[in-house]
Formats: sequence, C-alpha cells, structure tokens
Amino acid sequence: MAEPALAEERRPGAAGEALLTVDDLKKYFPVTRGIIFQRLVAAVKAVDGVSFTVREGETLGVVGESGCGKSTMARCIMRLLDPTSGRIVFRGRDITKLSRAEMRPYRREMMMIFQDPYASLNARKRVGFIISEALEVHRLGTAAENKRRVQELLEIVGLSPEHYNRFPHEFSGGQRQRIGVARALAVNPKLIVCDEPVSALDVSVQAQILNLLKDLQREFGLTYIFIAHDLNVVRHISDRVMVMYLGHAVEFADRDELYHAPKHPYTGALLSAVPIPDPQKGRSRKQIVLEGDVPNPINPPSACWFHTRCPRFVEGDCDVNTPQLYRFGGDHTAACHYPLERWPMTVEEMRHPGSRAG
Amino acid sequence: MALLEVRDLKTYFRTDDGIVKAVDGVSFEIEKGKTLGIVGESGSGKSVTCLSIMGLNPRRNTITSGEALFKDQNLLTMSPRKLRSVRGNDIAMIFQDPMTSLNPVHSIGKQLEEAILLHRDVTKKAARARALELLNAVGIPRAERRIDDYPHQFSGGMRQRVMIAMALVNNPDLLIADEPTTALDVTTQAQILSLMNTLQEEFGSAIIMITHDLGVVAEVADDVVVMYAAEVVEKAPVDRLFARPHMPYTWGLLGSLPRLDLNVERLVQIQGQPPSLLNPPKGCRFHPRCPYVMSICKDVDPPLKPVPDEPMHLDACHLDQETKDREATKLLETMRGAAA
Repeated sequence: MAEPALAEERRPGAAGEALLTVDDLKKYFPVTRGIIFQRLVAAVKAVDGVSFTVREGETLGVVGESGCGKSTMARCIMRLLDPTSGRIVFRGRDITKLSRAEMRPYRREMMMIFQDPYASLNARKRVGFIISEALEVHRLGTAAENKRRVQELLEIVGLSPEHYNRFPHEFSGGQRQRIGVARALAVNPKLIVCDEPVSALDVSVQAQILNLLKDLQREFGLTYIFIAHDLNVVRHISDRVMVMYLGHAVEFADRDELYHAPKHPYTGALLSAVPIPDPQKGRSRKQIVLEGDVPNPINPPSACWFHTRCPRFVEGDCDVNTPQLYRFGGDHTAACHYPLERWPMTVEEMRHPGSRAG
Repeated sequence: MALLEVRDLKTYFRTDDGIVKAVDGVSFEIEKGKTLGIVGESGSGKSVTCLSIMGLNPRRNTITSGEALFKDQNLLTMSPRKLRSVRGNDIAMIFQDPMTSLNPVHSIGKQLEEAILLHRDVTKKAARARALELLNAVGIPRAERRIDDYPHQFSGGMRQRVMIAMALVNNPDLLIADEPTTALDVTTQAQILSLMNTLQEEFGSAIIMITHDLGVVAEVADDVVVMYAAEVVEKAPVDRLFARPHMPYTWGLLGSLPRLDLNVERLVQIQGQPPSLLNPPKGCRFHPRCPYVMSICKDVDPPLKPVPDEPMHLDACHLDQETKDREATKLLETMRGAAA
C-alpha cells in the first residue's frame, strides 16, 4: 500500500496551480565557541530538509510543537532568513538566491502576519502609516490614493476609517491583529504567511480573526500558509496540513484525511492530546501520552527523529534506517516505517507495530 | 461542609485612572478532593480571585472585601503571620509560567527543601529525602542526579513538574493552579494534566484549576465557574454545563471554539471586546455584546440564581427559562449535527 513518494511528483494533478514550491529546505544555525576566533562546534538543525508545494487559493496548515522549526521555515520562505540549502520557487521563479533589489517585486506578492500583535506594530507610528508603509515602499500610489486605500482596508478588516490617525496602543489585542491583517493585505499579495496569528488572542476574539481570514481568502483569492501549534485552529482553517517534528515534515495530508486517519504515530499522539470541550467525549477518548521531551536539535536522534519517544519504536530499524516519506493513497504521505493501521488507537495497541511500509 | 467557601469576594485596585473592580462579588465553594474549574477570558478576574484568596495581592492600593472561609477560618482577615503558615502548607499554588516562577540562582533541590524546612520541624537530611521523593513522584527522570540542577537546565514541562512537586511538598488540602498548562505544548500539557490527576487521587487534594481553555475544563473539572468581566455568570457541574449551558456568554464561548471533533464552516463570534473594568457597562456586563439583549439587561445586573429544579446550576441572566432551554438545545443540536 505504501510506496516512496518522490519530491518532484509529490503533488500531481493538483487542482490549483502551484504557487510556491519548497524543495529540501534546510536552515542550520551555527553554534560557536570562543570570543575572537569563533570556532564552529555544532549546528542547530532548525529546519532539516522540508519539501512541499502550496497551490493557489488553498490554505496549508503547519502544526508542530515549539522548537519544531515552523517559524524558521516561514522566515526562510519570506527570505527574512537565508536558507542553508534547498530551493524556494515562487510562481515559477527560484527566489532562493535573489538579491535584495531582485527580491523587491516578490515582496509585494508575499506578506506575513505575526504572532504577537503587541510587538509587531511600531508603537511610535500611526495606524495609517503602518498600513501604508508597504504602499509607499513599492511606490504604488499618491499620498491621497494611499490614504483612501488604507481607509478602505480598515473597513475590510472590521475597523473604522476614523482609526487612521490612532496609535497601536489605543487598540485591544484583537483589533491590533486586524491592523496586522490590513497591513498584510495592503499591496494585494498572493500569499500570506500567518505565523501563529491567533495564539495570543482570547477565544472569542480568536473566532473573529479566523472568520475574517476565511472571508478575505474567499474575497481576494488569497493563499495562506497557516502556522499554529493549536490543532483545533489548524483543522478549522486548513485545506491540507503538514505536521512537523524536529525540523522535519513527518506527515502531509488533506485536512480530513489527517485528522481521521493519521499514519504517523506522532500525529496520532498530538491529536489524542488535544482536550475536547465535551466531558463525555473527552474523558472516554483513547489518549496517548508521550513520554519525555522533544530532543535537542543540536544533537537529534539517529535515523527516525521520533524514535526516542515513539510507542511503536522497533529496535534495529527505526534507529538505523531513516524513514522517507511513504505514500498512502492520494496526497497522503508520512515518514514512518510502521504507520498506524487505524485510528483511534490506545497506547497499548500502538505498541504492536504492524507490517513495515515500503 | 465545603473545604473552601468564597462569599461575595470583591477586589478593587486603586489606580491613577480610577478604581478597577477586578473581582466584583464572586462566590463559590469547593469540596474536599474535588476539582473546580474557573474559566474566562483574560481580564475576567480569574487570577485575581485566587491571588486574593491567597493574600498575594499587593497591600497598597488594594481593597478586598467579602469572605474566604477555609476550614471555617476567614483567609481575608487572617494575620499575615497566620496566613503564612497556611500558604504553602494547607494551600499551595502553581503559576502559569514555569520559566519565571522558579528562582534561577538556587538549585531546585534547595528550593524544594526551603518549602519543607519552613513548615516542618525536620532535619535538612530528611527534607532532602522528601524533596527527592517528590521529584520522583512527579516523574522527573534520574531525580537523584537532577536534584542539584538549576532551573535553566530543565525544559518547560520539567519545570512545571518541579513547580507541582514544590506545591505538593506539605500535602496541601487545596491546590490552586493558575493556567498550569497554558505555556506548554499539547503533548506536554497531556503529561501534566494526567500527572495532576494521578497526584490528586494519591494525595486527595482539592484543586482549583484556572484556565481559559474549555477543553481542559471538560477534561479535569468536577464543577465549573464561568467568569466574565469580574463576575461569575454561570456555575454548574461539568456535565451539566456542557450539556445545558444557560448563559449567552457560555453559548458564545462554546460556539467560538474551533474543535477537532466538529466540522464547522463558520465560527460563532461574540461581537466586540470585553469591557474595561474601570467603567464596566451598567446592568448586565455582557449586554453590549449579547445577541439576546433586552431593555432590562441594560439597567439591572442579573443576580446569580439557581435554575429551577436544578439547585447546583446557577446562572446570571434575565432571559426566561424557556428561551434558555430552547437556545441551549439548539446549540447542542447544531454541535451534534456537526460531529465529525
């Protein structure tokens, strides 16, 4: 049933056209010793070989725990960080090695919404300036046109045009995040990378922002890469989901497929750990509690990165042979030699690995 | 007889801008060995409620009134000296952020021993043995080697385990946990919640669990208090609250959650923002955001009163019983229809 998936043909016959293709992206941060002569002693492998494609008009959700490399990956895609190796292809053009000047036209097409609405807006600038800055940088209109555009944007995101001259501190967290959304929309981008856009917000405000993002996507045909640690939120907003662990993409599938039939034990453990706001369902569900912590990315485990915590660990295989992404019908891929046969499962059932993939 | 009974607790802070009514007439009680969940959004007064019970608010500029009867003694009027002997002994607290609530310049062993030596008349050696025993109980691997490590050498989940060990040092009757898993990842959260559950069975402590996550509440609580803008708006046994919520704010909260077990295209949103506590709205504090608002809601603050035939379920809402039942049923049917 499972066969190795090749990076080049991972998304055949996709509905929308590929907007962004990331191929074997790696980002290592050097760890150095010494004050004057800095010796390289190790590297933090924050992102270690991630490949995927984002199609036009879809939302790709990226989930993983803190330190799994989600944000570093986003920053590499936006060229806010220079990747160590790999390729980023945006609308058919390899942008990995473009200079600042060459990159500029592409910056208009890809924008970012950040996690912390308190830190991501310049406290000394007025809202009008914050939102129109990108318009000015790209010389997109006269001052009067830009002002009109900003007021229009404020309305689109559910604020009022009179807020034009206010400062960020006059707004609540949810409203600030709306300003962040307006700023990202200003130059009519194709792709918006949302890095934990709702994790700092309260639930009632979170729902407002999630609904807004969905409405905007429909209206303007936006493509999102939506990064979050909250599996509920990712399920709600995504079309396809990528699960990351320790700098690797361990599973990739359509939303419903991933949540109903996960193949990687880590995905299973994540899903089962999410508390359900329904005491009857929640307390009777089969829960898989992982042991230990995420290993140190300076010195990650050999072969399968998850083998130190995996209930299905098979000695002599999982710690020796690095799993490639096996394919499980359609677009579903997972990097596990002993994929889950069914779902849900208890830890006990999980301990007995079935047939080996590949 | 309840272990802790809070009656009409009010905590006001004097600020330059006026008086902030952070907690405004909160009452609840908790039985021995039970878990009470307090849910609410940020600024709803959950944490201040517990800090007031523990007497941990700054003395200057704080006005506290009401009663917090712990084993028949009012914690709010107790002398600081007496309160100190209760705190950390009979009542312990776990804070949200395990990164900042441990002292970075002392080893965790030393910090644990301090809590033991302060309340028990034992030798240092015995205190260390007890500290070690607790570290094992909360699942720190190789505890005998790690007891002399410093907080920075532990991960977030491990630090939270140390915090729990510290809270359990003197077998408290009541453990107040203020968002103990909010700073943690889901898999670590699952570890900590299951640890707290096991320890509760073992030590028989009552737990007050403060959280903004209705999922966590559904998982661990026996009874739930829902807070909004410094007041309790609904209180019920956990099954009852999720099966028959009675207050528009609770409906809004339940509807606004994206959930793993439901397919919902569009989330219910509660319009607007939580109000400022400097100048809360007149009448029901939720009325500016409430889709069911009536004219009475704008003038009269609804009292927290029991639902007919359901003495354990209290709500603060002017809507008539029929509407509440109808809307609650509607909400639950939509949810059932959306089940994945």
